[in-house]
Amino acid sequence: MNGGDSHHGRAHGPGPGPDDSRAPGPVPSGARPESSAARPLLAAESLSRRFGGVVALEDVSLEVRTGAVTCVLGDNGAGKSTLIRILSGVYPPSGGRILLEGGEVRFRSPREARAYGIATVHQNLGVIPLMSVWRNFVLGAEPTRGWGPTRRLDRKAARRTAADELARMGIHLRDMEQPVGVLSGGERQSLAIARALHQGARVLILDEPTAALGVRQSELVLEHVGRARDRGAAVILITHNPAHALRAGDRFVVLTRGRVAALRERGRTDEGELKELMGGVGGRVETQKG
Amino acid sequence: MRLLLRPELAAVAGAVLVWALFAALAGSAFVSGAGTTAWLNASAPLGILAVAVALLMIAGEFDLSVGSMIGAAGMCLMLLTGHFGWGFWPAVLLTVAFSLAVGLGNGLLVVRTGLPSFIVTLATLFVLRGLTIGTSRLLTGRTQIGGIREVECYESARVLFASTPVGSVRAAVLWWLGCGAVGIWLLRRTVFGNWIFATGGDPEAARNTGVPVTRVKVTLFGVTALAACLVAVIQAVQFGGADALRGQMFEFRAIIAVVIGGTLLTGGYGSVLGAVLGALIFGMVQQGLVITGVDADWFQVFLGVMLLVAVVVNHYTRTRLVGAR
Repeated sequence: MNGGDSHHGRAHGPGPGPDDSRAPGPVPSGARPESSAARPLLAAESLSRRFGGVVALEDVSLEVRTGAVTCVLGDNGAGKSTLIRILSGVYPPSGGRILLEGGEVRFRSPREARAYGIATVHQNLGVIPLMSVWRNFVLGAEPTRGWGPTRRLDRKAARRTAADELARMGIHLRDMEQPVGVLSGGERQSLAIARALHQGARVLILDEPTAALGVRQSELVLEHVGRARDRGAAVILITHNPAHALRAGDRFVVLTRGRVAALRERGRTDEGELKELMGGVGGRVETQKG
Repeated sequence: MRLLLRPELAAVAGAVLVWALFAALAGSAFVSGAGTTAWLNASAPLGILAVAVALLMIAGEFDLSVGSMIGAAGMCLMLLTGHFGWGFWPAVLLTVAFSLAVGLGNGLLVVRTGLPSFIVTLATLFVLRGLTIGTSRLLTGRTQIGGIREVECYESARVLFASTPVGSVRAAVLWWLGCGAVGIWLLRRTVFGNWIFATGGDPEAARNTGVPVTRVKVTLFGVTALAACLVAVIQAVQFGGADALRGQMFEFRAIIAVVIGGTLLTGGYGSVLGAVLGALIFGMVQQGLVITGVDADWFQVFLGVMLLVAVVVNHYTRTRLVGAR
């Protein structure tokens, strides 16, 4: 049975305590490309989504720029998942629209969103534990050689691509044949990020990439988020951990009860403020428990 | 080290062990050319089926209806030729189409309902067997139809399906090796093979990555039915006719051969070469018991023990691969 992965125990999730001491400095990065001009790569304009009578998302606007990490923060039930699912094409918004490079786009499926270069790394990652690193890496976009009935998997190219692209992300694995199941949680997450970038993602949506990870593994993943940004991806990082958001993020969008509660820029906020915003102005305690 | 992680390792070891055991017990009667031919011939029909069943099981599904499919396809062929007087080749063509339809039907039923294929194909096992017996009795009053030798184009059929091209090694063995080679190539060397692993490993993740999971599964159900059809045609030509009860227990034997070959019951991991060897082990044991004069009753005991050992070994391998989860 494969079910074990779907319930990421919050037990590993960094509590409020241990991360407080760490200075919320930016993840080290090389020369960062200037955030390209005025126009955002992806913009959401007053998105809303209702499920029956329940309002899950209401009037949420968001701009995502190339070479920047936009963090979406919020407690459980704040509307983060609904927002991601709309942006990644799982379902359409009830109202509002999505603009890609200024033009309106509508996705009928995640596959269509991906074709536009919007890739989502879900919590369950989309990597398959029993398959080798290289088979996982090329899955869904396998290189081939030959023609007609002799068209086949180009295994040499696949192995090389996997090794090169992972090295580019700073992941050095000695064996491309080892099953992904033996990798650490952080390595798997990073593999999924590297794969999405390799497969042409311009907008990379990361759904709680550090939720199930310990401190060191989270560091590793946040470092790779930084590398993805440096390679020019527009990253949307979903998290409920303000410390992690501050480590990697450039802009911060706080959601509470389906609405944008606040927008903040790097350097103009701190963990205490983000936490308070996530709790909601006059937020009640029961919403904290999820 | 990497060799130890290969799924078919246990099957290779098992095949060598079984061969050595009977070589020691039965001597030249088992290892001679004639002896070898005997167990190769005995392995072939199951081997053909096991190749397709392995692919399907790696994709995470079962097909319990393959045994009934053998009976149904054989009867379809003989009704068309013997009863309705068709020529051999047109009848084969329609039988292939019929089998493919049943296989794809199984697949669609499984993916549309979302029910476990174990249950869905258990139902088709009975439906298909019942229909085969009922239809043949209704049309001919019997459940066995012979007389394929009088059918038009029988000679070309015999050459292709029931001749002995190498010594007394039957054509079925060549079909088996051919299917095995194609299966190995498909699984390990093609994009579709990568999709098979992914579909069985984690269908949700595979779908998120863009793998057409539904298409992969339905296709493999079709392939499995086609393999059963091939076995049915070979046996019909070889035995001179069809029997509505033919192929009984083949579904379990095929699954056992595949599991002995190192494929996980949960899917996502396995080997076609292993399945080929699993069928070979079957044939060796069957013939080995005959040659050594051991009562055939013990065959089933051996079968059960082999299955149990294989499952334990596979579970251990999986745990080594991805940790206990």
